[in-house]
Amino acid sequence: MKSFDLQVKNVSKSFGEKAVLKGIDVFIKDGQFVTLLGPSGCGKTTLLRIIAGFEKADAGEVILSGEVISNKSPAHRPINTVFQSYALFPHLNVFNNIAFGLKSHKVPKDEIEKRVNAMMEMVNITDLKNEMPATLSGGQKQRVALARALVNEPDILLLDEPLSALDANLRKKLQVELKEVQKKTDTTFIMVTHDQDEAIAVSDRVLVMYQGAIVQDGTPEDVYEHPVNRFVATFMGECNILESERIADKLAKVAFGELVLEKDPQWAATTEGANAGKCCGGIAIRMEDIHVCTPNESFENNVFDARILERIFRGDYWELIAELPGVGNAESLKLRVMTDPDEIYNPGDNVKLYMEPQYLQVLDD
Amino acid sequence: MQTEVFEGKLTTRARMRKFGVLLTGPGMLWLIVFLLLPTIFLMVLAFAQRGSYGSINWDFSFENLKRLVGFSSFGWSPDNLLILWRSLKIAVVTTVLCIAFGLPMAFWIANHGKSMRAFLFALIMVPSCTNLVIRTSAWMTLLGPDMFPADIARFFGIIGAGDSLYPGSFAVYIGMVSSMLPFAVLPLYTSVERLDWGIVEASRDLYAGPIRTFYHGILSQMMPGIIASVILTLVPSLGMYVISDLLGGGKYMLIGNLIQQQFGAAMDWPFGAMLGSVLIICSVVSLIIFQRVGGKNFV
Repeated sequence: MKSFDLQVKNVSKSFGEKAVLKGIDVFIKDGQFVTLLGPSGCGKTTLLRIIAGFEKADAGEVILSGEVISNKSPAHRPINTVFQSYALFPHLNVFNNIAFGLKSHKVPKDEIEKRVNAMMEMVNITDLKNEMPATLSGGQKQRVALARALVNEPDILLLDEPLSALDANLRKKLQVELKEVQKKTDTTFIMVTHDQDEAIAVSDRVLVMYQGAIVQDGTPEDVYEHPVNRFVATFMGECNILESERIADKLAKVAFGELVLEKDPQWAATTEGANAGKCCGGIAIRMEDIHVCTPNESFENNVFDARILERIFRGDYWELIAELPGVGNAESLKLRVMTDPDEIYNPGDNVKLYMEPQYLQVLDD
Repeated sequence: MQTEVFEGKLTTRARMRKFGVLLTGPGMLWLIVFLLLPTIFLMVLAFAQRGSYGSINWDFSFENLKRLVGFSSFGWSPDNLLILWRSLKIAVVTTVLCIAFGLPMAFWIANHGKSMRAFLFALIMVPSCTNLVIRTSAWMTLLGPDMFPADIARFFGIIGAGDSLYPGSFAVYIGMVSSMLPFAVLPLYTSVERLDWGIVEASRDLYAGPIRTFYHGILSQMMPGIIASVILTLVPSLGMYVISDLLGGGKYMLIGNLIQQQFGAAMDWPFGAMLGSVLIICSVVSLIIFQRVGGKNFV
């Protein structure tokens, strides 16, 4: 049983004037499924390419099991890549595409035969053995690309937006398969994606990247439920962000009243402008975490009057736009609320909304 | 017709298929009248005989084919077959050299910015706008005994003290390659532009060395362009005789010269037709062989 771990140490990279990566530090343990998640231009693909060896970092090191590999060519790294465009060899059939890496290493013929066949079986493409890449569908190409990389038994498999070119249904199916293959082969997978649903569905660990830095590192549940800042909160799905001011321990003032929190916000005091001296920041709450009270429900605190403005059918749920009147001279605020399909509220209805303290996520900014 | 296009009647796929075919009519007619019929006529004529004073005697036999392979009233001579062999050799070598020089040029041009690329293409194409004979005469002068290329060659001991680079096979190849190269570079450049560098990276990622990566990552993708290049160089090279005539100093008799003689001085059209037919067959056969051998794994 081989054991290794990947360490990315203070890696920076610029393209011309533009700093793409700003001192990235990551430690990735054996056998994890790690996702680099972020919007386009956040540097996730560049980081992947530096790990693969296609780009050279301006500063910092890539260390695999204690050995610095930053200066090794991709051919000499025990790392293989599944490319976004699949990059299958157009002149080789499926078998020879998968066998390519083994042939480069001059593995004996019968062993190549055995390993390629086993790999084709694992990803369910045995019947495509003699097909040429041009005749394959997107999903089939994706499987061939996966098999072609995995057959070399790499320490780490890198996947560059592997499912982005596929339609939604197939993507979901392949996400499950990808996860299964990762478990079966017990290989470390590092996947780049801009799709937060995909990241949450397959990963053991999500690294959220923004503007060349890792802004949050945690399990999918962590990153979704406890976003650290506005960017992560909004990037990880629909989210209401309430501008607030700390007024007492675990108590914050928002436009429509006062909110009791579970955790005291650690906001720094503002030094300039109208809010100087106050501790202000954002509080996030997901639309599924806002509860619409039934007439006979009552809660101690965090219950607010609201009026339904709009109702949008989303298939498995209703999305409501609720208006919460401002207190004092504050303007009213519109929040997005999610309700079950059988709970019908109409525009114009007056309701009470409850926000449970544990779902109110205090953000860093 | 034009109003129809504006109404969108011709722009649907089905209509284009149905009526668009009519538009190929003039082109088709042209090809049939000026290419297909003359070729058939040529191949029929090849089996006729020369009459007195260059007239054609429609007396069908294989006499011309026998003459071509060397049998005459004086017995057998290899001359014609040697000419044919020499023509093939020069054409094939020229094509190989054009591809070998054209590949790096194509990459080099593709590596430049847009405006620079246009300029470089202009540089490549401008000489082709000059008349072939004038261009070749320029080479004759340039490769003469008193010019600097000869001095350089003499300095390195490639040629002896009194020798020159022209006339000779070196001069012939210089002339052939320089006039064919632009036609080889254009399709190669197009395929360099279309290269998916991800496949090159994939090859490196899968442990391939430089040679293996060049073959599987780059050449495999460029094969359609290479085939186009070969066709565009090989076919004209086979029929080319002006360059070899001028730069070879009259010693390089090619099939083109021989054909020209038959239709000119010798006034033996049927034998010329036989030579021409054999040249066409040689071109087609060599292209088929090339596609089978070179393109087998690719296309």
